[in-house]
This record gives sequence, C-alpha cells and structure tokens, in this order.
Amino acid sequence: MARLFPHPILSVVITLVWVLLVNDISAGAAALGILLGWAIPKLTHPYWPDRPRIRRPLAVLEYVGIVLKDIAVSNIQVAYLVLFRRGDTLRSQYVTVPLDLTTAEAITALAGTITLTPGTVSADLSADGRSLLVHCLETADPAATVAQIKERYEGRLKEIFE
Amino acid sequence: MVIAEIAISLLILVGAFFLFVGSLGLAKLPDLMRRLHGPTKATTLGIGSMLIASMLYFWIVEGNPSIHELLITLFLFLTAPVTAQMIAKAYILHNIQEREVLTETGRPVGWATLDAAEADEHSEVTQTSSNA
Repeated sequence: MARLFPHPILSVVITLVWVLLVNDISAGAAALGILLGWAIPKLTHPYWPDRPRIRRPLAVLEYVGIVLKDIAVSNIQVAYLVLFRRGDTLRSQYVTVPLDLTTAEAITALAGTITLTPGTVSADLSADGRSLLVHCLETADPAATVAQIKERYEGRLKEIFE
Repeated sequence: MVIAEIAISLLILVGAFFLFVGSLGLAKLPDLMRRLHGPTKATTLGIGSMLIASMLYFWIVEGNPSIHELLITLFLFLTAPVTAQMIAKAYILHNIQEREVLTETGRPVGWATLDAAEADEHSEVTQTSSNA
C-alpha cells in the first residue's frame, strides 16, 4: 500500500482537485482523477522524501470549521475598523509568537491561519523556525493576542500534526 | 425560485460589500503592514460569498450543478497568506525604519529575512574581495 500510494494525502487531494477542475461528478472524471492521484505521487516520489503525518484526521474538520467561522468574524471586524476608524489611530504593532510546533507543515498551516483570521498577518519566521513574527492591526493587549493564537490554533494543530 | 434569486442577490451584495471594504482598506490605511490586512481578509469572505452565489445560481436557476468554485476558494485560501507573507518580508527587508519596531524573536537568532540578508551581504563581500 505504501509503495502503491507513497503519499496518500497527496493522492486524495489530486483526485479531488481533478474532479473539481473538470466540474463534473461522474465515474469517468473520478476514474481519471484516481489515475492521476496514483501516477503523480508515484512519479514525483523522489522529490518528496518526507510525508506529513496527520494523526487525527477528524480534528482537521473541526479545525477547518473553526477557521472558517473566524474568517467570517475577522472580515466583519476588519470591515468595521476600515470603515469607522481613522487609519492612524489604530494601535497596530508586531508581536512574537513562540512556537511549540516543529514540523514545517504545521507551522505553514498556523502562519496561513493567522493571516486569514482576526486582525493578524504573519510576517516572518525566526531563522531557526521557532518563533513567528505577527502584525496585529488593532490590539490593546498583545499578550492576550499571542495567548489566543497559541490556545485556539496552535494547540489544535499540534494535536493534528504532532 | 424567487427566494433562491433573492438569496443569490443578497450573497452577491454581501460579497461586493466585503470586496469593496478590502480595496478601501488597501487605499485608506496609512502604512504597508496595515494595508495588508484589508486584501488578505475582507476579500476572502467577499470572494467566498460571490462563489457561493455562483454555485447556487448554476445549481438552482440553471439546474446544472457547478462545483469548481470550491477550487477557487481553496486556491485563494492557499495563496493569500503566502502573498501577504512575501510582501511583508520584502517590506521588512527594504525598510530600515520598519526593522526598528520589530519585536525580538525570543531566540538566539534573528528573523529569517534579516538573517538571510546579512548572510548574503557577507558572502557578497567575500566574493568581491576574492575577485579583487
């Protein structure tokens, strides 16, 4: 099984993306998708020596749900700040988020989530990959922002990936 | 049918509103890092609403289910943070004043962008000296 599908997650993603691309839920599209999902990881396997491990697949769904909800909330917050506040009165500042995550996939997911969710954009990673530079649009209490990121997203990602 | 059309119209209006706010934020906010917040967030919900409206329209009104909108959403969510981070890194690298307000890493090393830039400068120096 591991030889036939060296990257099972990648195979599933390629198959799904193919079906969505042709915009057609039919046996033919699915068959071609599965074929591509088998062939592409197999052919490109030498370039992907490691594979991410997802320990709790169900937790991914919960995480996606939370992030989607937060994206909606963050949009409304940012819309409010943009429309009703003067730009130079916003208390914007950088904060440092020390990371407990160690795998590249988990840190990438966290950085992406931070950018998409309330009032924060991830800007840079420390050279050793152990802390994240985050820019907050409006924050009265930077420590609380960091604590929220760590508790809400990082804790869950740690359960999923590590 | 009429209810579906009203729902679709509302979704398009909500989408248009958030896209407008995202663009307004880009134009109105005073510096680059603040400006990044508009396009990375407000537009995701805006595009999301538009795409849901598109899916509903083709499914209910045209009777022809369309799903590749999901793919657009997926790619948008994957690319928006990467773009934002690359812009932020380029800004930190090129703007000396911005470096002053960065917080400490809390680690023995600095931020990746600046450390890499320093390493590059050193290697350039060694290269020029070896050429000379």
